[in-house]
Amino acid sequence: MSLLSVENLTIGYGAQTVLQSVNLSIEPGEIVTIVGPNGSGKTSLLRAIIGAVRPTSGRVTHQDGLRIGYVPQKLHVDPTLPMTVDRFLRLPGGHSRADCAAALHKAGVPDLRTRQMSGLSGGQFQRVMLARALMTMPQILLLDEATQGLDQPGSAAFYRQIEDVRRDTGCAVLMISHELHVVMSASDRVICLNGHVCCEGTPEIVSSAPEYRALFGTGTGGALALYRHDHNHTHDDGCGHDHSHDHHHHDHKPTEAAE
Amino acid sequence: MILDDFMVRATLAGVGVACAAAPLGSFVVWRRMAYFGDATSHAAILGVALALALNLSVFAGALAIALIMALTVTALSGRGYAMDTVLGVLAHSALAFGLVAVSFLSGVRIDLMAYLFGDILAVSKTDLAVIWGGAALVVACIGMRWSALLMSTLNEDLAYSAGIDPKREQLILTVALAVTVAVAIKVVGVLLIAAMLIVPAAAARPLARTPEGMALIAAALGALAAVVGLRAAYVFDTPAGPSIVCVAAVIFIGTSLFGRRLAIR
Repeated sequence: MSLLSVENLTIGYGAQTVLQSVNLSIEPGEIVTIVGPNGSGKTSLLRAIIGAVRPTSGRVTHQDGLRIGYVPQKLHVDPTLPMTVDRFLRLPGGHSRADCAAALHKAGVPDLRTRQMSGLSGGQFQRVMLARALMTMPQILLLDEATQGLDQPGSAAFYRQIEDVRRDTGCAVLMISHELHVVMSASDRVICLNGHVCCEGTPEIVSSAPEYRALFGTGTGGALALYRHDHNHTHDDGCGHDHSHDHHHHDHKPTEAAE
Repeated sequence: MILDDFMVRATLAGVGVACAAAPLGSFVVWRRMAYFGDATSHAAILGVALALALNLSVFAGALAIALIMALTVTALSGRGYAMDTVLGVLAHSALAFGLVAVSFLSGVRIDLMAYLFGDILAVSKTDLAVIWGGAALVVACIGMRWSALLMSTLNEDLAYSAGIDPKREQLILTVALAVTVAVAIKVVGVLLIAAMLIVPAAAARPLARTPEGMALIAAALGALAAVVGLRAAYVFDTPAGPSIVCVAAVIFIGTSLFGRRLAIR
């Protein structure tokens, strides 16, 4: 049985529909990545899965007793809130200090236990968030742009950590990422989202799909092949990626309006 | 009996309010809801006016209006207004409506100052029971929901993913706040309860390393302010409620200047 399944999910805020008839299911142990332009409903989909957004129609089904580890897109710990890493990990409760130490070790930051949350660097913070998500021994990790704000080596190291965690614990991973080169090399399955599921499948299938090319590949032609295979070109990647993004925005707006 | 001494009753009342205000005040500070104290307490003036007009007890009137205020704030905060805007609108309009309502009560002479600044020295044994009962209720309620409230304060989505409904937690917090204001109105008065919520919590911040620590230290500092403030009021013949807040403010200045050095590890 799937860990979780989303059936015919439609989400709207007021008059605006952000997601239309989305279907997906996650199997144990697989890494699935959601890609899509800004405003394509990626975060709304993840928030619907954790129950933070009530769908307009359709439904989200979890396997009985499913343990979810969730890393939100942004988390700002206000400096007025005193919070040690240790205390943060033990929220909402029931975990021992030994569990915390183990989770921090798994996340690659064993020495941060007594530090204040508001004093952590961006990279340390994301690792602590990962450790937190691992506290419940999750069957699935949900990551919403978990490497936002990290530099390239930092985010590469973060994704390696995710792979290690998957290997060691066998948990599934459903993540949103803008870093296409990572997506294409690290995912079992890619879902391309733009208000609806444009296309999905293995990275190879998705990267050659015309829908995906319409979103990310216009003008750059072989750029996708480059994401997956040509690791020498990582510097150009960032640049090409940004540009295609912008292009997409202008290109695609009329289509969205037409829908 | 020891409770026959009005200074003992006043001190116990002040300590009771400090205990209830400390954990709530911490959340008010963390959630940047500092104006909530003002808004709810301004609304309570309207409650006092209505209570006098309808011949209800002041406590019941203040409680009812404060609860309505709490529900209104919770309902409005999700509708695209920033929290400070909602609270600003409600605080000022509640105060205005309250003062207008008071002016209609021509037959009744109200000493509005007594309700604004409270009269902690006139606390009766029954008042004391209400204060400690209300404080115990608030502390028990916040204590039971502590983790869930803390999760909701940190991040709403993180709370949802842990199976906590942050909207419900916000409602619980605002209701607890309303109860506290209604209880405290008699003791430190409407204007000063807001200070008792925020000042001890703010004073506790530099000393604390965990949220629990901050709430406990805030309670201790609040109680200290109540005891010292009342003593000072007795010695210098100053108004009791404001004296308590003055002491709390002095403590705040002290911990902000020297707190990092005193921080409890």
